[in-house]
Amino acid sequence: MRKALLNGAALVTLALTIFPVYWMVVTAFKPTRDIQSDTPSLLPVNPTLDHFATAMSAEGFWSYWRNSLMVTGAAVLLALVVSLLAAFAVARLRWRGRGVFVVAVFAAQMAPWEALLVPMFIIARDSDLLDSLAMLSGVYFMVTLPFTIVTLRGFLDAVPIEVEEAALVDGATRFTAFRRVIFPLLAPGLMATSLFGFITAWNEFSFVNVLIIKDQDKRTLPVWLSTFRDVYGTDWGATMAAATLFALPVLVVFLFLQRRVGAGMAAGAVKG
Amino acid sequence: MPAATRAPAPPLARTPQQARRRARRRTSPWPYLLIAPAVVAGVLLLLYPLIRAGVISVQHFRMGELIRGGATFVGLDNYRELLTGEEFWSVLLRTAVWTAVNVVLIVGLSTGVALMLLRLGRRMRVALMSALALAWATPIIAATTIFQWLFQSELGIVNWLLDIRGYSWFADGGAMFAVLVILVVWQSVPFAALTLYAGLTTIPVELFESARIDGGTSRQIFTKVVFPILRPMFALITSLEVIWVFKCFPQIWVLSQGGPDGATTTLPVYAFKIARVLHRYDLGSAVAVVTVVILAVALVANLRRMLRQES
Repeated sequence: MRKALLNGAALVTLALTIFPVYWMVVTAFKPTRDIQSDTPSLLPVNPTLDHFATAMSAEGFWSYWRNSLMVTGAAVLLALVVSLLAAFAVARLRWRGRGVFVVAVFAAQMAPWEALLVPMFIIARDSDLLDSLAMLSGVYFMVTLPFTIVTLRGFLDAVPIEVEEAALVDGATRFTAFRRVIFPLLAPGLMATSLFGFITAWNEFSFVNVLIIKDQDKRTLPVWLSTFRDVYGTDWGATMAAATLFALPVLVVFLFLQRRVGAGMAAGAVKG
Repeated sequence: MPAATRAPAPPLARTPQQARRRARRRTSPWPYLLIAPAVVAGVLLLLYPLIRAGVISVQHFRMGELIRGGATFVGLDNYRELLTGEEFWSVLLRTAVWTAVNVVLIVGLSTGVALMLLRLGRRMRVALMSALALAWATPIIAATTIFQWLFQSELGIVNWLLDIRGYSWFADGGAMFAVLVILVVWQSVPFAALTLYAGLTTIPVELFESARIDGGTSRQIFTKVVFPILRPMFALITSLEVIWVFKCFPQIWVLSQGGPDGATTTLPVYAFKIARVLHRYDLGSAVAVVTVVILAVALVANLRRMLRQES
């Protein structure tokens, strides 16, 4: 009896959790007349790809896609390189000011970005960086940087210093030791932080909304999706197809990598 | 921040302290060169905007100054205008209610889900965890768009289920507020539940068993065994959720733009509205500064916890 109650509650939770995503996908595959029928069917009885065709032929679709990829890629790569350097300094070297730097990184990790929309807009405007994908990449890079430093530093700390010293004794230079010995051990950390950076930059809406004003061609997918209905009005099939196309890369990357880095991230959460 | 980017606190381990190395490296320029790019980025893209917000908040900075420049110093006039106006206080109160309702629901529900996960059989548990991961990973704007569709007045499935076809959730302040709460809770519970569950699994099974043998009820076991052990984690999740919900912007902006009639205007939305819609960059910056100050209280508590672990 208790067991049945528990499983029942779990099923309800499961349904509530998954339904919105399920409904997005199902709607995207339903023909318009089924979407508009009086009694919605829970399954796509007559599946169609029409809505995906509509979404993909929407004006600027491919350039938004390209913009999103470029901005995300640039932000993630930059954050990895810059934070790897800083994380190495924090984890492996002793220097005056190290403590202050660590506190600053922790504080930056909790930066109230939403409060900085207005000054960021003014700064971009003054520096002629409105409608610039570089500025946008810069902001996303900075948003993900502190977390990336802290995480990579944690992974570096976990690599025993003896491993590195052994390489040095064997005649490797500090750089070679890093590249050949530490770097491979860092792979899960690099993956976890790239995943985090990718999702942050791919999803980001507030700053694109503020920093890309006139040049519509510079917009990214989140803004495209949020304004999709201005153009397509009540075409919910196409809107859900657009949402599916936008969410797909994140869902795929997340579910793929989650299993691999999930354990590390969960362990981190427990310790935090 | 989107739910999916809510990164769990990363692992912190202590650096091996070696006096020998310390002595050798104290004067080397290498550490400073290595952190230089990060420091430059932080100064340009975080510190400078923060300072700029502070500066604009004590200036007369509107449409004219945006185009021509030459903003003049006006002292605390903007703050005076803000704090003596009625709207600010009603927005602040609304933000407090918004934060409280969401955080209570998120923490309560995710505790329930985490405890449920602990007791489920393997197959059911994996299924539920995968569903949670899926919801967690759904991008904010995608989820927001989905909720517009779920709650659509004529064809939305929610109105069909409740048999109230034609009712518009987006026209009524209270209903709009409710939809936004449901959206944010749906997006936030997965992270909190999975994190709490990860914490629960670290409690040795023997503790539960001995508590049960001693005749403890489920409720007693939770309040006397589970909660004290997981207290730091509850504190972490609650403070993170407070910060995230308080500064939540894209969901509200896309769904309601703070409307109808200001019913969903929280502090970040308010700052954006008066800056970008009314071109009152000065007043908007003052709101931003107030937001930072309020958040700083939550942030400092968090920072202290992080530093305790660091030392």
